Amino acid sequence: MSHPSLPVTGPTGPHAQCHVCCLVVALPPETAGVTDQEVHHGDVYFSCPRCAAEVHRRKPDSLSRTWAFLVAALICYIPANLYPIMTSTSLGTAQSDTILSGVIFLFSHGMWPLALIVFVASVVVPVIKIVTLIGLVLSVQWKSQWRPRRRAFLYRIVEAIGRWSMVDVYVVTILVALVHLGSLALVEAELGAFFFGAVVVLTILAAESFDPRLMWDQIEARRE
Amino acid sequence: MPLIGCHQCDAVVEEPVVPDGGAAICFRCGGTLFRRQSETVEITLALAFAAAILFIVANAYPFLAFEMQGQETQTTLGSGAKALWEQESYAVAALVFLTTIFAPACEIFLLLYVLTPLHLGRRAYKAAAAFRWFERFRPWSMMEVFLIGIFVALVKLADLAEIIPGIALWAFALLIPILAGASAFLDAELVWRRIEHPE
Repeated sequence: MSHPSLPVTGPTGPHAQCHVCCLVVALPPETAGVTDQEVHHGDVYFSCPRCAAEVHRRKPDSLSRTWAFLVAALICYIPANLYPIMTSTSLGTAQSDTILSGVIFLFSHGMWPLALIVFVASVVVPVIKIVTLIGLVLSVQWKSQWRPRRRAFLYRIVEAIGRWSMVDVYVVTILVALVHLGSLALVEAELGAFFFGAVVVLTILAAESFDPRLMWDQIEARRE
Repeated sequence: MPLIGCHQCDAVVEEPVVPDGGAAICFRCGGTLFRRQSETVEITLALAFAAAILFIVANAYPFLAFEMQGQETQTTLGSGAKALWEQESYAVAALVFLTTIFAPACEIFLLLYVLTPLHLGRRAYKAAAAFRWFERFRPWSMMEVFLIGIFVALVKLADLAEIIPGIALWAFALLIPILAGASAFLDAELVWRRIEHPE
């Protein structure tokens, strides 16, 4: 698909693109025709002439790393929703809030735009992110040829939306910092907040580990 | 013309000529190759300076005060993470500190560190490493998400007590669009080239 006279930066090609500064660099001749993995096991370290980051043709161990983060995120997702994220005590009565009950609170107070933001950020985004990434990883493993452009777009979406899930963690932080008037009113963070934060971090790391170029490698492999 | 690689699908093309303020889109996967901004160093530097001042204000003053039956508490950026730490939620406290204080501070500081000498036609000591770290910290800086968090907290507390917005809240509200502008005007490809050849 690329221009015939231009260098090819395929999984075993003579050129690679720096992951950090995007410079297209010619690899040392001893790496020709060898996959990244074999190069790394042979202790060949090649750094980018422009930014000095280590150059790989593909992100190292992309699929297994992505799987590891995804499985960990899925496991944390369950306690993140079951355990309360905070407990507020006001004049002796304690009330525990989960992620979902926080959204319901906002809805019942007529703050539906804000409720919608929190619902999307805390409930919809993590699920979409995990499901989409699992789909993308499987599509590479099953050598799928299905609409690579559509899949590339999905990956960009997943990368961009992940951070918004942090809203609930910040809400807990602010309430904890503001409401500490002893027996009068007190807000405490609970275990759910920990697991929820873990889900956000793990899904961000999963998206970062996945190399979208692997999808295109399957398209090129079929072409040849 | 130098070669440009797509960061997302690895297609390689000769760098297209892009008008100022425009963007080049990958023919193969549709991702953005780069946004061209000829005055990128100057505009981004100006925005980064403004962001640095606002960030200091946002950290130094409380952004919300909470009043209930004559008792008042205030919160600054740092006191949120500190309160979580005191409740022994160490991991969450560390995550909040990283994403709302440490990463944004590094993001702004490293940008100033790299761009100020470039503007003067010089190169900062270890500029490439500094700009690499800037790129690493960027995804973990989540000030704009924190702003939404403040609004949600405001609504939740409105029934319970009186909420007084502080100076830092206004600094925050200004800081978010300025940081977004700095990202939008930053043409990383041009900055990397100027790090290589400062003149």
